[in-house]
Amino acid sequence: MDLVAAIGLQLAYVIANLALISLGLAIIFGMMRVINLAHGEFLMLGGYTVVVATNAGVNIWVAMLLLAPLVVGIIGVIVERLLIRWLYGRMVDTLLATWGLSLLLVGLVTSIFGASTATTVSPPLGVLRFGNYSASGYELFLILITIVLFFAVWLTLRFTKLGLLARGTMQNAEMASSLGVSTSRIYMITFGLGAAVSGLAGGLLAPMTGVLPTIGATYIAKAFITVISGGSAILAGTTAGSILLGGLNGIFSFIAGSTFGEIALLIAAILLLRLMPRGITGRFFRKSL
Amino acid sequence: MTFSRRSFLAGSSALALSSAPIIGRAQGSDKIIFASILDLSGGLDIYGTAMADATSLAIDDINEAGGLLGREVELKMYDAQSTIQFYTQYATQAAAGDRAATVHGGITSASREAIRPTLARFKTLYFYNTQYEGGVCDFNNFCTGSTPAQTVAKVVPYAMNKWGKKAYIIAADYNYGQIIAQWVDRFVKENGGETLEIEFFPLDVTNFGPTINKIQQAKPDLVFSGLVGGAHVSFYRQYAAAGMNAEIPIASTTFGIGNEHKLISAEEGNGLLAAYSYFEGVQNPENEAFLARMDAKFGDDRATMNELTVRSYEGAMLWAEAVKLAGSIEHDEVTAALKSGLTYNGPSGPITIDPQTNHAIQNVVLGELQDQEFNIVASYEAEPPADTQLVCDLNANPTLSTFYFENGLAAAGIE
Repeated sequence: MDLVAAIGLQLAYVIANLALISLGLAIIFGMMRVINLAHGEFLMLGGYTVVVATNAGVNIWVAMLLLAPLVVGIIGVIVERLLIRWLYGRMVDTLLATWGLSLLLVGLVTSIFGASTATTVSPPLGVLRFGNYSASGYELFLILITIVLFFAVWLTLRFTKLGLLARGTMQNAEMASSLGVSTSRIYMITFGLGAAVSGLAGGLLAPMTGVLPTIGATYIAKAFITVISGGSAILAGTTAGSILLGGLNGIFSFIAGSTFGEIALLIAAILLLRLMPRGITGRFFRKSL
Repeated sequence: MTFSRRSFLAGSSALALSSAPIIGRAQGSDKIIFASILDLSGGLDIYGTAMADATSLAIDDINEAGGLLGREVELKMYDAQSTIQFYTQYATQAAAGDRAATVHGGITSASREAIRPTLARFKTLYFYNTQYEGGVCDFNNFCTGSTPAQTVAKVVPYAMNKWGKKAYIIAADYNYGQIIAQWVDRFVKENGGETLEIEFFPLDVTNFGPTINKIQQAKPDLVFSGLVGGAHVSFYRQYAAAGMNAEIPIASTTFGIGNEHKLISAEEGNGLLAAYSYFEGVQNPENEAFLARMDAKFGDDRATMNELTVRSYEGAMLWAEAVKLAGSIEHDEVTAALKSGLTYNGPSGPITIDPQTNHAIQNVVLGELQDQEFNIVASYEAEPPADTQLVCDLNANPTLSTFYFENGLAAAGIE
């Protein structure tokens, strides 16, 4: 029974982890059709924000929940204004530009902080015990905050004026524009929000994984696979993709080790896209967000 | 074929590239070229940058002492960018283009295996200054780093006496990790213990939750870790976050050589055991002088010294001693000098080349981590590379150039 609880928590954590690193990408790719290859670096910058801020004496919760999304969101807006807005509708060009941006950010961070950075912030919240098993209380917190974050994004898209304008702009930019919506501003805000969510995710993961200039590379492939497997609906797609791929990864990691966990995730994604080229939400939950 | 601007540019730049070595050769006649190939960017730079710093200090020291054979030594530093293909390219460049007297470098075993055959073909003396899994048997390749029979064979019985007989092994999923896991398993059994499970991790894994559950389920007395690289540092954090570091202690064959103990907090790392041929706390006049020189050259933000960095310095100095003894930079003379029992007294203590294997006989120290420092708890002198000696005999076959442990220990005839 203890084992079931421990594994259950662990599975939920693997799924939440995947959902958390993918959500920012889903917003930017799903809504704006911009392939952001610098997504991993946005996560990395969130992590660095937390490390730098806590070293300067800022409370860790403030650093993770406020500063990380704020700083990376601002960086996102700057990137959108300087780089992305010239490239809307040119998917291959944005791919190249954001890849260049990713290399630039890795290089900048390496030259400022060096190749490895001490991350002495430990995961807060102590240890959870289930009989003979234990897990980090922070993992449970990450699962909960991922659920809260998805709910908040859903509320924003579904019930706020900004959400309505954003969805309208993504569906038909010309029509939205002729109805008086400043589509350029909507794009900027959406990109900034996507970046902020990535920064938050990177900040939240920093105590668990540490920060390195090159840590983005370990996230980017999984995030893309999750978002593309999920399909066009941002929230339902990312959730479904995370549950399916994260669940398989977790189960196989537990049964046969991490190598097979990764293999299971990749095979599942390949089969899924072969059978459903438009992703899970291309076939199911088509009307969802 | 049409002659376009593009093909002209491609052709002329190729010409420019191919003419560069000719110029280099003409100028290089009065300087001795010392080439270094290390990863100064990309994921492996956590090891490579400090190794490069130590190498450049060694070349400074050689030149300040008047150079070699009355000539200045010039350091050619190549950044392989954590990409194997650059290793092969730069090794060819160093050997054929620069006509380097020696090439030092390679960090992962994969990078060593990429350049070792090239340098053997050109007969360019090659030093691999990294601790590794053992088994290289190459007339042209001097492996100065420690090997499992020197380090793992010491840390395993020490840890088992202290903590218990049941071990759980976790390691990185490439040739180093696979082979080191077999060594740990072998030494655990030799010391009357039992290996409950061996598990491997791709280098980009950052979530170790399922493994931590499995360790809790298996209830070992201790965990042996051969994890590698920045992403794998996550394991130690997550292990501590689950409260496990207080329950099941860890001994490692890799923790510390990327200065991992400075990257995680004191509480997360306390109590961990590791064995290398050097920790900064080694007490001898050479080490004091070396650390003072590093401070002077790189200031307060220099990296903490570990076996990889110190051996990069010592490897270069050992080569320089051999050149002085041989009175030549020619391959055969320098090799003969290295194998003559020549000893270099470095920061880690005396280093001598074992002529049977071209590996180093060296001191080994066992350290226990406390407050982000390794405290030396045991030391062993003049340890031979007993693992490689099992399979390699360059005295009998002086032209060998192979890697015996490529397919694991069983394939090399080791039970």
